[in-house]
Amino acid sequence: MKTAVIVFPGSNRDRDMFHALELITGARPQSVWHTESTLPDVDLVVVPGGFSYGDYLRSGAIAARSPILKDLVAKAESGVSILGVCNGFQILTEAGLLPGALMRNAGLTFVCKEVKMETVNNATRFSSKFTKGQVWRCPVAHHDGNYFADADTLKQIEDSGQVVFRYADGTNPNGSINNIAGITNQKGNVLGMMPHPENLVEALNGGLDGRLLFESLLDQAA
Amino acid sequence: MKARVIVTLKNGVLDPQGKAIEGALGGLGFDDVGSVRQGKVFDVELSGSDKEAARSELEAMCEKLLANTVIENYAIEIA
Repeated sequence: MKTAVIVFPGSNRDRDMFHALELITGARPQSVWHTESTLPDVDLVVVPGGFSYGDYLRSGAIAARSPILKDLVAKAESGVSILGVCNGFQILTEAGLLPGALMRNAGLTFVCKEVKMETVNNATRFSSKFTKGQVWRCPVAHHDGNYFADADTLKQIEDSGQVVFRYADGTNPNGSINNIAGITNQKGNVLGMMPHPENLVEALNGGLDGRLLFESLLDQAA
Repeated sequence: MKARVIVTLKNGVLDPQGKAIEGALGGLGFDDVGSVRQGKVFDVELSGSDKEAARSELEAMCEKLLANTVIENYAIEIA
């Protein structure tokens, strides 16, 4: 599986993502600077976590207007897999590739801890290696992860199975509506999630729970 | 020409920062405070002099960047 990671000024989980992708796919991902105009021909494009542009204006708002986004939108339309994690999720919502918005955490504090995730839809290219209802561990580290969508949008994404991951066992760290932790677009080829699966892919670092997401994509690309 | 853009959260969108400020004002003894909603103000200087053109330009700025219309409303004031 060929992969690429977009890097913005202020990205800080890009190296974690490179490492996880190389570990799991066996190939070094391509790094794409945000001012470039075209993405390479790959199976998966990742928008990594961090604090692009210092979260100025709104988290992800300025990065979502970067030159590379034009080609990311084109790739999304052509069906390429796109994964946005943390700030990447914020960027994808700001770019209009995913519905809703990520607001300040309900508790107002930055949260950095481990949560429980439930895979509520395993019929996506990002979640096929999970069992439906599987509860797994995943770290979070964010200040603006409080997912919000208006009532109509929420009903639409719930009814169409676009909610892939929810916070489980009372571990919602940010007040997200319906405990939403990760959603896809209508077509199912773009996923955004606040938790960091790339940080739980090695036993040495405390567990392998996050691997299943990348292995699902690997399976799809094979 | 000077313009001011005011961006506020839509009704029904939870504003945890506004809530915290509301609580702090209550703590300072401002008992009449019913609720507080926090917003943003942008003071923009424009080079042209056509107010109508400026307004449509500012609307485009709001739609494209200054406001996230999923959660926010905007108002434009031109001096």
